[in-house]
Amino acid sequence: MNSPTHGRIVAVNGPLVTCEVDEGREVLQNEVAYVMIGDVRLKSEVIRIRGRQIDLQVFENTTGLKVGDSAEFSGELLAATLGPGMLGMIYDGLQNPLAELENDQKFFLRRGQYLPSLDQTRLWDFEPMVQVGTQVRAGQYLGKVTEGLFPHPIMAPLVLLGTWEVEEIKPAGKYTVNDTVAILKSTDSQAQEKVNVMLKQEWPVKRPMRVYEERLLPDTQLLTQCRLIDIFFPLAEGGTSCIPGPFGAGKTVLQQIISRYAETDVVIIVACGERAGEVVETIREFPLLEDPKTGKSLMDRTVIICNTSSMPVAAREASIYTGITLGEYYRQLGLKVLLLADSTSRWAQALRETSARMEEIPGEEAFPAYLESRIAAVYERAGKVRLNTGETGSLTLIGTVSPAGGNFEEPVTQNTLKVVGAFYGLSRTRSDQRRYPAIDPMISWSLYIEQMQESLNTRHENWVELVQKAHNTIFRGDEVRQMMLVVGEEGMGLDDLVVYLKSEIIDAVCLQQDSFDKVDQATSRQRQISDFMLLMEMTDHSFVFESKDQAKAQMTRLQNLFFQLKYCPFEGDDYRRYRSEIESILNGKGVSHP
Amino acid sequence: MIIEHSRIVRVQGDIIAVPATDIAYGELATVKSRRGTSLAQVIRLRGEEVFLQVFAGSRGISTGDTVRFLGHPMQVAFGDALLGRIFNGSGEPIDKGPNLHALPRISIGGPSVNPVRRVIPRGFIETRVPMVDVFNPLVESQKLPIFSAAGEPYNDLLARIGMRANADVVILGGIGLKHDEYLKFRIAFEQAGVLSRTIMFVHTASDPVVERLLVPDMALAVAEQFGVQGKRVLVLLTDMTSFADAMKEIAISMDQVPSNLGYPGSLYSDLASRYEKAVDFDGAGSITILAVTSMPGDDVTHPVPDNTGYITEGQFYLRNGVIEPFGSLSRLKQLVIGKVTRGDHGYIMNSMIRLFARSREVEQKLAMGFDKTSEDERYLKYGRLFYDRFMDLRVDLGINDALDLGWKTLAECFRPDEVEIKQEFIDQYWPA
Ligand SMILES: Nc1ncnc2c1ncn2[C@@H]1O[C@H](COP(=O)(O)OP(=O)(O)OP(=O)(O)O)[C@@H](O)[C@H]1O
Ligand SMILES: [Mg+2]
Repeated sequence: MNSPTHGRIVAVNGPLVTCEVDEGREVLQNEVAYVMIGDVRLKSEVIRIRGRQIDLQVFENTTGLKVGDSAEFSGELLAATLGPGMLGMIYDGLQNPLAELENDQKFFLRRGQYLPSLDQTRLWDFEPMVQVGTQVRAGQYLGKVTEGLFPHPIMAPLVLLGTWEVEEIKPAGKYTVNDTVAILKSTDSQAQEKVNVMLKQEWPVKRPMRVYEERLLPDTQLLTQCRLIDIFFPLAEGGTSCIPGPFGAGKTVLQQIISRYAETDVVIIVACGERAGEVVETIREFPLLEDPKTGKSLMDRTVIICNTSSMPVAAREASIYTGITLGEYYRQLGLKVLLLADSTSRWAQALRETSARMEEIPGEEAFPAYLESRIAAVYERAGKVRLNTGETGSLTLIGTVSPAGGNFEEPVTQNTLKVVGAFYGLSRTRSDQRRYPAIDPMISWSLYIEQMQESLNTRHENWVELVQKAHNTIFRGDEVRQMMLVVGEEGMGLDDLVVYLKSEIIDAVCLQQDSFDKVDQATSRQRQISDFMLLMEMTDHSFVFESKDQAKAQMTRLQNLFFQLKYCPFEGDDYRRYRSEIESILNGKGVSHP
Repeated sequence: MIIEHSRIVRVQGDIIAVPATDIAYGELATVKSRRGTSLAQVIRLRGEEVFLQVFAGSRGISTGDTVRFLGHPMQVAFGDALLGRIFNGSGEPIDKGPNLHALPRISIGGPSVNPVRRVIPRGFIETRVPMVDVFNPLVESQKLPIFSAAGEPYNDLLARIGMRANADVVILGGIGLKHDEYLKFRIAFEQAGVLSRTIMFVHTASDPVVERLLVPDMALAVAEQFGVQGKRVLVLLTDMTSFADAMKEIAISMDQVPSNLGYPGSLYSDLASRYEKAVDFDGAGSITILAVTSMPGDDVTHPVPDNTGYITEGQFYLRNGVIEPFGSLSRLKQLVIGKVTRGDHGYIMNSMIRLFARSREVEQKLAMGFDKTSEDERYLKYGRLFYDRFMDLRVDLGINDALDLGWKTLAECFRPDEVEIKQEFIDQYWPA
């Protein structure tokens, strides 16, 4: 093997550092290099090669670096370490475990401090699942350990090509992530190659993990327990969606609530260039919250990747890839994985900052010309797959977008909309009116309704049609509202007014959902169906009113009953009481007068 | 080791270039010219060319002037002796107090706090401004800007909150501050008797533009040290748009491709690295940042307020002399509402805002000449009461009194079933 390549720094421009290597030395695009300031090694990545001049993006603050300082090339691509022990971890964008980063500065991060991503000493109970002589391919399960909630299969390395034979497999027992538990040998008799299989393995973060039999059409609903999403714009397991919205419209709160209540096995939260404080809430609260499905702490199904806005920009770019790679890994284990990225715009801006420093020709709003393909490549890594083991796994991706000026006609939003399957557009008007979640029902869409029709209609026969009807009522209600602004209430017919009032009830009690109320924050599938059917009874009901004032007064009263209902625990006494009061009104007994 | 160089080979905007070796990125230097001595900082190294931004600007710099490299990045003195003192934009005392040479010096723009060493903030900062306390409470360790058009009383509001909030240390960072405004702050703090726990870094409108860049970093570096020592620090920054404009000038001088209206693509990260200094340390003090962001053309989509809104934990809109209920937002409010404050707080807040939105709609409708219904009348009345009792900045009311007044106001205008409040709170608080 060649001696490692060295370089000499010739230019420093913020995190972009240029170095020169000797003629003829091999350098890989996206290879990891270390820039040396005294004895501090700063991790960096090769992002451009021009002859002997190599551009590095340094994942740390470069203050103190001088021309003439040295760089060392590792020969390895930027990679994530994968294996048991990631659940519950809080990593930075380069997968350093933040809680373990103790140093003399106590509160602060120190540059150049890197730790292994997985606990090096913990012992795992390994059970073999194959015998010597078994033929295996990448991703096939050789054995398993138990990690908290589920068996964590130990796979033949995902980077392997072709078929391999198990030459040795270790007996059941306790092993660390670094112990060899199997040895595989190539079935290609010429190659005579062997690999040691450990509990951990590595994967280059920028390469999609395409180790599966086939990709499947996402046709099963992923329940988020957010009514607006689940009922009106459902998301599929293995699907993608984006949440664009102006600042303060509720992107983060929506993702946080989804991260708690979505029905999936693993949740990966990528806090990408956003506020540290928001991650702190998750870090501090999740360990105390119970996952209703498993009875364990929510943290046991969660991994947090955290590269907040004041952390170095280059590492922010990496953080999304680190998150996706972890997601793909859990998918290989046959699990349902949900990845939440907040915000993909910050990631795109990191690309822009680096591109500007490299003096590349800028595209729209100074974003690089390859923005579109980079965004597409990220979302394409989500999906539902049938694995080589025959099992299925899925990786669902929800990314927030933070458009400049709240205007969706900007490059990141537009390029994202081209590739996602569902669009939850948050509107300033709705958030100003405190109509949370501020997903605008007039502009949002889900392409999954069609392909999930069958699964959706298991909620109720004609479910999809009923939802369409409710959606139409919202559209009509909005038309009426706009007309009212022009012709005034007196210019409206009674029928139109009633449509408007009905749409307001749907809005208030179904679309709006208070993330900070213990009952309202999450709605189970069963309750969604039950409450929605009651709401449809109201929508279909032909009320007889004598005057607009009577209509308004009585519909307000009805709205209040629905409103009280939604804050009552499902099927409790209060719930039943309000429900029967509503039903008796709808059964023709009229609105009772106090 | 101090090295002198005397061949300035390039002057462009406020950037100069000198040939030099063994110079560190980020290092500080002094530039001596006919106009005096200015600090400068290395912002790029290219071969043997060193680029520096000159804080006093490049006007009057000649190719024969000397550049002295100081061998360290920008630092600021730190210690209790800073309390009560006033500094200019490059950190020199401008009051007549004793010199501070004996104090230790700390670097500015230090590393980020490890997120796992932060805690969830829980401290409610009562300001006795109902639009803040009731509708958008300020929480210890929050970073919050006041978005304001020109001519609004934003510095008064800043000073008022600065004086009432019972912080251990108050640090004022003036960036392009009018001299009168600076005097007003000083007088207000003096009269309120808080000067002895105040530190001011004041860059005034007549000082060199690039010097603005240092003010937030100095103020926040000092705040951070006090915070680590367990103090609860409040940092007031005014005006951060002036800070962003200085960044724009540097970017343009460096031939950077602007992303929007001339501002560099890094504007978000540049602002964020300052605002993110707001923190509640696990086992030590805290830093709260209240800043002014003036909005050129009263346009919130202008890149500075826009990027700021994406960074901070909410914003107060100051318009026509009042804090606007719509658009103003404290994102940390849920951490204290109903937890530190009374249980009915959240419901009163939501309901009152929703009804005020309706009253605005009614106003608009009537302005267009439509008939007034009896219901409209009630909304109008509510709107008037809301303005007088809550929005008027002169109102000075503790949180519980303000909540009670909220119930009273609702009851004067509406029936309980119109306000969308949980029955248990109606039962408890609705005035008989
Ligand atoms: N579903 C909700 N229920 C109640 N309040 C909400 C909800 N969503 C958002 N809010 C309110 O809006 C505030 C801002 O929400 P959030 O932080 O999610 O905005 P954002 O879109 O992520 O903004 P930014 O782009 O600046 O990060 C929250 O602090 C909260 O007060
Ligand atoms: Mg957010």
